[in-house]
Amino acid sequence: MERVASATPSPIAHSVRGLSDRAIAWVFVAPTIFLLLAINIFPLIWTIQLSFTNYKANRIGREVKNVGLRNYERILTDTDIWLNMQATAHFLFWTIALQVLIGFALAWLINKKFKGNDLWTTIIVLPMMLSPAVVGNFWKFLYQPQIGLFNYIISFFTGVEPSSFQMLGQVNLAPWSIVIVDTWMWTPFVMLICLAGLRSIPDYIYEAAEIDRASKWRQFWTITVPMVMPFLMLAVLFRGIENFKMFDLVVQLTGGGPGSTTELTSINLKREAFEKWRTGYASAYAIILFVTVFGLASIYVKALNKVKER
Amino acid sequence: MSKYKKVLAALAMGGFFTASAPAAQADDLTLCWAAWDPANALVELSKEFESQSGHKMNFEFVPWPNFADRMLNELNSGGKLCDLLIGDSQWIGGGAENGHYVKLNDFFDKEGISMNDFAPATVYAYSTWPKGTPNYYALPAMGDANGWFYRKDWFQRDDIKAAYKAATGQELGEPKTQKEMLQIAQFFQGREIDGKTVYGAAIFTERGSEGITMGVTSALYPWGFKYENTPGKYDMQGAVNSPEAVEALDFYKQFYKTATPPGYTNSYMGESLDAFKSGQVAMAMNWFAFFPGLYADPNTGGDKIDFFVNPPQNQAGSTLGGQGISVVSYSEKKDAALEYIKWFSQPSVQAKWWELGGYSAHNSVLNDPGFVKSQPFAGDFLEAMGAVQDFWQEPAYAELLLAMQKRVHDFVVADKGTAKEALDLLIEDWTEVFEDEGKL
Amino acid sequence: MSSFSVTDTSSRTKRIAGTLVIVYALITMLPLVWIGATGFKSPADAISYPPKVVFSPTLEGYVNLFTTRTRQTQEYLQNNPPTNWADEIVRQYDMVIVGPSKFGERFLNSVIIGFGSTFLSIFLGTLAAYAFSRFKIPLADDLLFFILSTRMMPPIAVAIPIFLMYRNLGLSDTHLGMILLYTAVNISLAVWLLKGFIDEIPREYEEAALIDGYTRFQAFYKVVLPQAATGIASTAIFCLIFAWNEYAFAVLLTSATAQTAPPFIPTIIGIGGLDWPAVAAGATLFLLPVMIFTIMLRKHLLRGITFGAVRK
Repeated sequence: MERVASATPSPIAHSVRGLSDRAIAWVFVAPTIFLLLAINIFPLIWTIQLSFTNYKANRIGREVKNVGLRNYERILTDTDIWLNMQATAHFLFWTIALQVLIGFALAWLINKKFKGNDLWTTIIVLPMMLSPAVVGNFWKFLYQPQIGLFNYIISFFTGVEPSSFQMLGQVNLAPWSIVIVDTWMWTPFVMLICLAGLRSIPDYIYEAAEIDRASKWRQFWTITVPMVMPFLMLAVLFRGIENFKMFDLVVQLTGGGPGSTTELTSINLKREAFEKWRTGYASAYAIILFVTVFGLASIYVKALNKVKER
Repeated sequence: MSKYKKVLAALAMGGFFTASAPAAQADDLTLCWAAWDPANALVELSKEFESQSGHKMNFEFVPWPNFADRMLNELNSGGKLCDLLIGDSQWIGGGAENGHYVKLNDFFDKEGISMNDFAPATVYAYSTWPKGTPNYYALPAMGDANGWFYRKDWFQRDDIKAAYKAATGQELGEPKTQKEMLQIAQFFQGREIDGKTVYGAAIFTERGSEGITMGVTSALYPWGFKYENTPGKYDMQGAVNSPEAVEALDFYKQFYKTATPPGYTNSYMGESLDAFKSGQVAMAMNWFAFFPGLYADPNTGGDKIDFFVNPPQNQAGSTLGGQGISVVSYSEKKDAALEYIKWFSQPSVQAKWWELGGYSAHNSVLNDPGFVKSQPFAGDFLEAMGAVQDFWQEPAYAELLLAMQKRVHDFVVADKGTAKEALDLLIEDWTEVFEDEGKL
Repeated sequence: MSSFSVTDTSSRTKRIAGTLVIVYALITMLPLVWIGATGFKSPADAISYPPKVVFSPTLEGYVNLFTTRTRQTQEYLQNNPPTNWADEIVRQYDMVIVGPSKFGERFLNSVIIGFGSTFLSIFLGTLAAYAFSRFKIPLADDLLFFILSTRMMPPIAVAIPIFLMYRNLGLSDTHLGMILLYTAVNISLAVWLLKGFIDEIPREYEEAALIDGYTRFQAFYKVVLPQAATGIASTAIFCLIFAWNEYAFAVLLTSATAQTAPPFIPTIIGIGGLDWPAVAAGATLFLLPVMIFTIMLRKHLLRGITFGAVRK
């Protein structure tokens, strides 16, 4: 430590021994860039190119024709795809709303620092660490009206007949069934981020408010909420992106059904790309989704930065 | 730290080696099929082949809900996993046209295997492409159709019989028409039997793979549904949405709404078996392939079960299941694979195949005078195979199937639109597919 | 500053808060407990209605998970008495054990691909993060943002060209292919997290080492790495958990050789019907390591989650 304080690094000394910093920088970064180019960028460019063709990956000998913007046109004018977008929007909106509400409330409670809060926090966090496919598959079992636990618990508290409603099979309930499981899994994530936000608020701000005789209620709205807001918005961004990509959990739970009620865009894309094998069409679809999420996220990040500046 | 790294490196390298090492030796054959009862019987049967030929058999059995996905993915990626594939009947078009399957005509001629030795319906459905022409891409391996089974013990109870008579004025017994079957199912729906609420019947409603299509066609065919007005012309208007088809689709929806257990909104083979074995339903539809296992079930098998063929309405008709066995063209061991097919086609092996629970399609087995009496469902099987119909077997079959899954599920389970509208939309979807294919 | 703080919470408030959180935690645990319990039910108990809370435990689910069985004739069963306890369990269905199931292989694949990709992501990620943290790299901010934005693509969309590429390269259904793919997905998060950890290490340490005659590489290896060990470990856990849980790529790009456990477990079927006890047994064995990990390493892990997200 003392040495550090006394020494002034001489720039010449670095480059003399071993590789220059510049070379090391490139040697260190190159493999990562190369990997990303090979497995992210090149495929992305290929997808763009395929999106203008009628290519089908399962028809090797078939002639590949350039179809221009036809794939894009077909997707954007397809009413069924708009229904999938709506289902995705419903899923996004409600999962985020519920997770923010419950996650914030939990963080607020945990921040009261009761005895053992550390252990219970860990237990609450468990679901988000688990495999969505494996857990989703098991939730399907929990939702069975005859043999599953979920309906019996609802029945226990409300008195309705357990076999009188079908979470996964009814058009009006299925969209909620996936919201419930996603909320169960991912509320802890929002909670942790809120907790970090709450813990970042220095005590003296509250103390000053107390001296000003601000009520607890007022303190909550004028100090706690605004200070946690940037954190909360970040959590929303992460959840938003993740749930826009949602596939594994929902495909296991409902498979998109009943009918196409819970057919989120990723599930629909999978059907087009890997069951119907309309590769060109699915590529255009993928590009549209990518542009959508990228665009929405960019707008959101701008808003987020504004909140932070305030 | 360095020790830690070494362990990880070793693990990673282990991955590389297993990945690059040849998957099997020259006489190691892999047969791919669905994971279900008959597959286990085939393992047993194949032991004889192993001891006779010296080849070793490996098996890759994929559960039904993923079978098509996994296997078509495998074929489309040119995978060398399967030397032999017992693929679904609808794949034959794609298998032949995309070069996934080896054409077997020369081999059959050379080995003296005649397709005349196999039941004509199975040869047509499992082996030929284009349909009905003498171009063979598979040997019929497993005959199958969608049939029904019921709780014989309940059907024979006097109190239940009397109640049925009082309710309908008819005798309770194996239904002779689709509508009678619905009436029986509705009679059982919600009834108390031995202190438990039971339901009418378990039917196929699965959305993800092929379930609801296989179920709904079991109503469509007896009503006289046709895919085309003129075979090979793809003229579907008036055939796919004929008044009979509309009536049949409405019937299936009514069946689903009024005579099935709650929660069976996405159910296929497994759920149908579960419902029956747990004593929830009086009747259930399922493939004949499961019938040996159902008959042997300690709780609901034996005296408590009996079987019937999919009842006729305007005509007899059953949905075809079953598969032919093909040699995958990407295999590096085609000769050994062909050897297996040659061995499998022998009458003695076919007889043992039936005995172990596989549905042989060989005439020597089916025409044997003892066949009908050999199992309680053997007669029904023969009857069903006499009137089977299959879905499109086009190379674009997956697109056609997924369109039907969507339209039918939207109507039957998700209550969207009317039966006529669902079928009209289906024609639109199918027309688009055939246009893309250049066939329209 | 006075010793009394206005933000101290009264013990009554604490108790109420504690109770509410514990109630929520218990509700959260219920599905997981139910998975564990179902693994020890018989198939009949698992699908009984109403659901059974009290049942006599059996290892049937675990036996079914690890074995393949086949139905046998009465004759065979009588002539060949069961050889062990597992065999005895399956005999009640007139079946015999004929060999192991695929579960072991799939589990091992999960281990190989999980650890392989984690190692690679950390190795490459640490190097890149160090470079981003210490050197002026042209367009560094753009590069970093770009690296992170690659996570915005839905996995299915990414899988389309990867499928075609792997088909041509022969990487379909190989461990190497999956390791590379998971590394590519994980590396953005790894670089992001690790850069944060390395930023926290004072530059003065290395500069002192450089003056002592270390090369830049030695300084990185002998000074920075040990300092960043905790950060590296918690990043590794994130990469491992992602690879361990991943489903979409695995289901589309693997088949018999390299398939991992997540696409496999939901497809376990028994004699005809869905074998829920075996599914639950598989799920338990698959989820348990992660749960134990989480509880044991909760300090680093929980910090890592918030850290990764909160760093701007």
